[in-house]
Amino acid sequence: MNINATIIGQAIAFVIFIAFCMKYVWPPIMQALEERKKKIADSFEAANQAARELELAEEKAAQTLRESKEHAAEIIEQANKRANQLIDESKEQAIADGKRLREAAQAEIEQDVVRAKEALRAQVSALAFAGAEKILGTTIDEKAHSEIVEQLAKEL
Amino acid sequence: MASETVSSSGYIKHHLQNLTFGQHTDGSWGFAHSAQEAANMGFWSINVDTIGMSVLLGVLMMWFFRRAAKKATSGVPSGLVNFAEWIVEFVDDNVRSSFSGRNPLVAPLALTIFVWVFLMNLIDDVMVDLIPQIAVFVGENVFGADPHHVFFKAVPTTDPNATSAMALVVFALMVFYGIKVKGLGGFLGELAFQPFPKWLFPINLVLELVSLISKPVSLSLRLFGNIYAGEMIFILLAIMFGAGWILGPLSGLLQIGWAIFHILIIALQAYVFMMLTIVYLDMAHQKHH
Repeated sequence: MNINATIIGQAIAFVIFIAFCMKYVWPPIMQALEERKKKIADSFEAANQAARELELAEEKAAQTLRESKEHAAEIIEQANKRANQLIDESKEQAIADGKRLREAAQAEIEQDVVRAKEALRAQVSALAFAGAEKILGTTIDEKAHSEIVEQLAKEL
Repeated sequence: MASETVSSSGYIKHHLQNLTFGQHTDGSWGFAHSAQEAANMGFWSINVDTIGMSVLLGVLMMWFFRRAAKKATSGVPSGLVNFAEWIVEFVDDNVRSSFSGRNPLVAPLALTIFVWVFLMNLIDDVMVDLIPQIAVFVGENVFGADPHHVFFKAVPTTDPNATSAMALVVFALMVFYGIKVKGLGGFLGELAFQPFPKWLFPINLVLELVSLISKPVSLSLRLFGNIYAGEMIFILLAIMFGAGWILGPLSGLLQIGWAIFHILIIALQAYVFMMLTIVYLDMAHQKHH
């Protein structure tokens, strides 16, 4: 329990341990720790960078999508317009065709009527003659009376 | 201890005596065979057990940390390196928060103190008779010594020499850096011209000198006292162990309880020694105006 030369030996040992620690232990461990800290910080930085890039890419994708949608809408609108136009054109065409057909039909009908009238007129004289013949009981000279009958027919 | 009856006071004395090597009063060199002989050897004698255990533990510590330092990389640390780094970071945090100056010595110093003191204290938690009995066995059978005269105080921090040596080194560093940072005049001025006005410098000097000297003394005696008291309780409980069928098992329980509680004490004392060293050196680096 007395203080003796042990104190000197202990002090020397202590100083040697401190020196060893200072020279061979502390610097390498601290260096490793610093390096690791830096490495981790770098990885975080890289992760942040990647996240930022991802955000940008997403934004770009969204924009592209929006543009495409707009474009598609435009195309659809154009197509609709074109379709309407086509329908309108067809309608007009159909109306015009119908009108023309009707006119043609009407003309034909009128022609038929005229033709029928003509035929009727032609037959009236024959019928008149036949009737008169029956009534008179004799043959009538067609040539002699045809003028009268034709006149009659014309009046029809 | 088993073969013969030993008195309690003899057991305690045996446990508290260092294995001292030095010159006997008759002029011959050898180990002291009693406390009286050790005292008669005077200053120029060596406590072989203290130096042996502390150097062994110190070398163990340095070997461990050197291995970790060699393996340490910026990659993922393995178990051993991780443990060493954990301690290093703990010490580094404390140094950073308490030491404001720039000095590459302080952090390694703090690490050495913390781990070394902790290891030396930790021996206290080894069974109180184990290492002394091994020493007696080796002394008797290898060196042919009388077992009654083989002393072995296994815990270096229960030897005031060990704690004082560390405190003195810290004190020397305090004075050295105090003078280096502030200059001799600044250092002496701090002793003489504060806290009171300059014309009261004799009072200042007495106050500051007492406060300066008290730092290493308290540093060494705090550690010594705490661990010595802890060791003393282990010894007393060990005596109680032989006190019959009722007290014996109770003493065993108390031993376990005290050993667990003592883990806190030894870690705390190592931490306190380290922190105070950091704070004292920080004070030595600070310029007062």
